Amino acid sequence: MKVRVLVSLKPGVLDPQGRAVHHALEGLGFSGVESARIGRTIDLDIADGTSDEALTEMCEKLLANTVIENYRIEKLD
Amino acid sequence: MGFRAAVVTFPGSNCDRDMAVAIEKVSGSAPVRVWHGDAQLPDGLDFIALPGGFSYGDYLRSGAMAANSPIMREIVRAAERGVPVLGVCNGFQVLTEARLLPGALMRNAGQTFICRNVGLKVENAQSIFTSGYEAGQEISIPVAHHDGNFFADNDTLDRIEGDGRVAFRYMENCNGSQRDIAGVLNASGNVLGMMPHPERAVDAAHGGTDGLALFESAIRSLADA
Repeated sequence: MKVRVLVSLKPGVLDPQGRAVHHALEGLGFSGVESARIGRTIDLDIADGTSDEALTEMCEKLLANTVIENYRIEKLD
Repeated sequence: MGFRAAVVTFPGSNCDRDMAVAIEKVSGSAPVRVWHGDAQLPDGLDFIALPGGFSYGDYLRSGAMAANSPIMREIVRAAERGVPVLGVCNGFQVLTEARLLPGALMRNAGQTFICRNVGLKVENAQSIFTSGYEAGQEISIPVAHHDGNFFADNDTLDRIEGDGRVAFRYMENCNGSQRDIAGVLNASGNVLGMMPHPERAVDAAHGGTDGLALFESAIRSLADA
């Protein structure tokens, strides 16, 4: 089973990297970019039948730091 | 019996020797060196130090992998028993990732790695790590980090400030940390995490000795206990 975990900074948490990318896009002449925020994609190949609880635990214990990050789990197949 | 300290080395730690040298200089006893894969800590420890560096190459998030290494389970237990635990720089990041301390350390607001002396104000001079300073004392300690931007939500910040758990504040905020926080204590006061490196300020040849009082405080607290 292929699972994609998308980790993003919580709203309100300053993202200096995203801000620098935003400024760089503006510098390249792209207009209309309101903001850029950088996250992380983690693709997992896991045993069929792995429970949602186990996936949630993986996210909470390691893949995301829930003090600053949100995560979303997407099943790809 | 002397001061029985342990310094933990993770793959990628690079301030572990400096930490051991500083502790031995102040206490007169060489710390036990502990490896991240060790399943057990030595018995009867008086002090545990998590050093700076780039454990596991900062993979995933700074400190995230180290926080899940075998020795950390033992360190969490020791901290819960009241053993003093000091985390400096990457050690602070590990302690937040292990949830022994609140908040998280994010990329510096200015995006750059900062390596220089910074001015700190001692906010809490009553903890086991800071009793050798005066409240409000201004000290100079080196920082060397890329991810030192302390973040916690406002409720958490209000709580740790209200409980006197801010040990040190930056006099000039070098990295974007919320409320200028440079060092924070756990609720019981036996765990301290800080981005500045006190072990790099224990000898006149370092350019300053303002870090000495931190180690002296911990040793005296034990002697007084």
